[in-house]
Amino acid sequence: MSSRHPAARVGFWDPSRRVSRRDPNRLARRLTATVTANPIVIASGAFIVLITALAVCVPLLPLQGPTEQSVLFRLKPPSAEHVLGTDRLGRDILSRLLWGARLSLLVGVGVVAVSATLGTILGVVAGYFRGWPSEVVLRLTDILLAFPPLILAMVTVTILGNSLLTVVLAISVGIVPRFARVARATILAIREREYVEAARALGASTPRIVVQHVLLNAVDPLIVLCTLLVPTAILTEALLSFLNLGITEPEPTWGNMIYSGQLVLREATWLTASPGVAIVLTVLAFNLLGDAIRDAFDPAVRDLGAPTPSLDESLPTPAPRLSAAGPEPSPVAAS
Amino acid sequence: MKRIAQRLAQLVPTTVGALVLVFVLMRVLPGDPAAAMLGTNATPQAVADLRSQLGLDKPLLQQFLDYVLGLGTLDLGRSLALRAPVTSLLWQALLPTLLLTISGTLVSVIVGVPLGVAAALKRGTWIDYTATLLALLGISMPVFVWGVLLLLAFTLQWPVLPSAGAGSNPLEVARALILPSIATGFFQVGLVARITRSSLLSILANDYVRTARAKGLAPPQVIGDHALRNALIPVLTVIGLNFGTLLGGAVVAETVFTRPGLGRLILDAIAARDYPVIQGVMIVSVVFVVLLNLIVDLLYGVADPRVRA
Repeated sequence: MSSRHPAARVGFWDPSRRVSRRDPNRLARRLTATVTANPIVIASGAFIVLITALAVCVPLLPLQGPTEQSVLFRLKPPSAEHVLGTDRLGRDILSRLLWGARLSLLVGVGVVAVSATLGTILGVVAGYFRGWPSEVVLRLTDILLAFPPLILAMVTVTILGNSLLTVVLAISVGIVPRFARVARATILAIREREYVEAARALGASTPRIVVQHVLLNAVDPLIVLCTLLVPTAILTEALLSFLNLGITEPEPTWGNMIYSGQLVLREATWLTASPGVAIVLTVLAFNLLGDAIRDAFDPAVRDLGAPTPSLDESLPTPAPRLSAAGPEPSPVAAS
Repeated sequence: MKRIAQRLAQLVPTTVGALVLVFVLMRVLPGDPAAAMLGTNATPQAVADLRSQLGLDKPLLQQFLDYVLGLGTLDLGRSLALRAPVTSLLWQALLPTLLLTISGTLVSVIVGVPLGVAAALKRGTWIDYTATLLALLGISMPVFVWGVLLLLAFTLQWPVLPSAGAGSNPLEVARALILPSIATGFFQVGLVARITRSSLLSILANDYVRTARAKGLAPPQVIGDHALRNALIPVLTVIGLNFGTLLGGAVVAETVFTRPGLGRLILDAIAARDYPVIQGVMIVSVVFVVLLNLIVDLLYGVADPRVRA
């Protein structure tokens, strides 16, 4: 519908736009090309599909219930009956692993949904509207960024109580300000583009400009950020449940499986091995895929081997970028 | 000097805001902290006594003033579970955690920077790929998985290092630090390596590096004096920005290796609903993150005189 809008036409010809909104196929092509070019990325994608499918289908699989105990089969090593062995209460580790996968993926998706929504709103407020709204958002994010994310999540989950939803919220508290920062930087850059100015000159309403011209053009870098946030969220959930906070026993999570496995590390390594491998592979796969998607969106960063954006920054230090890699560093690259 | 003053002026409202947030968080904790601490069998009288001991019966504004006054005089109340002043508990816990975060950072720099330099100089070789792989593994491997692997290898398979505690004499302290600091620092090794690599690569393309080479300086001198010094500024940034996460990693490592420290302190406090201690650990961690960012900022000036102006 924007094709008939004169301002959109200006936007279409803006050479600084990386990807034309109007041509989704081009983006899709580039994405497919980048993703399929690398066997490691294909493997990561396949692994994510597999683990997601297993996590979705786990109630249908012929497995022992994840909390079903059996005194006779305590701490049994892997066998035909229990492929990955059993834990201290005789629970099937494979079953717990897959139910744990379900939880990890849900937390990953949930945190990204919450952080992306709130972060984008805050980013628009801070990036598009100057003056006090921007100041308020910036000060607020500054304050939240002064807390180590894990400690903030630990205390938030203590305040909100233990459930899937509260864990999602607790992890998001640390991620929202970081997302908002990136969203703001992206939107600040877009707001100065000619097509936004043209839309303003043509008398388009503010909501229209924000949604049609600014947000739609900010989608690409924000999607990249989202893909790279999934592993961060999964890791943080694992850390929380390893510390016995958030989702706790008997509910299976990879974190609490490793915690209880660690207690009998000497006698039964298989308790720790499978959730450990699962978590490393899953997070690695998401990181590899996220990197590939970022490269597809922004080929400029590829050659410099820009590191994965670390959302681990604690305070937004105005870093003197004397050695900046390019004139306009990707908002996603760690800066 | 002006720059430092500016940074300080920026940090003050942030710190004040964060400290206010800590106060608010502690007051929105569900239920009555006094009742939670005493358990379900407490008499109403006991709960009321504890409330007045904690100052919870005072009006909110009065409580806030007490909190601010306490911060000013470094009196953060008394721990209810441990029956000791929070400040002295924090002092005790601070040293081991600080040692762990510093040595974790050292691990990441000592391993990461040379690896990144090697990767940049031998671009496209196996060294380069190893650095990339390590970087990905580092950010994908939670502290506790790495910690458990180290425990398995060096305390069970080859029992050469202690698996728990922080040690009492200097030698023991150092030995007890080895495994936790590797576990804590590892996630940053790859990050440091990759940033060293990419920033060194972009600096090596500069004219002054070419000039240095052209005037016949030995390659190590070119790299060391001209390139690396500038290339390390982004590394410094990353280390500064990641400090909060490193502190979080230290909390987890303290659990894996049963070390005393801020992590143990806050976890025990959370389990016992010991609110004054939770509050104290949050205050300390905020102060640390803010201070470290200031230090990194000042270090920019040391690394690059242009920033000082």
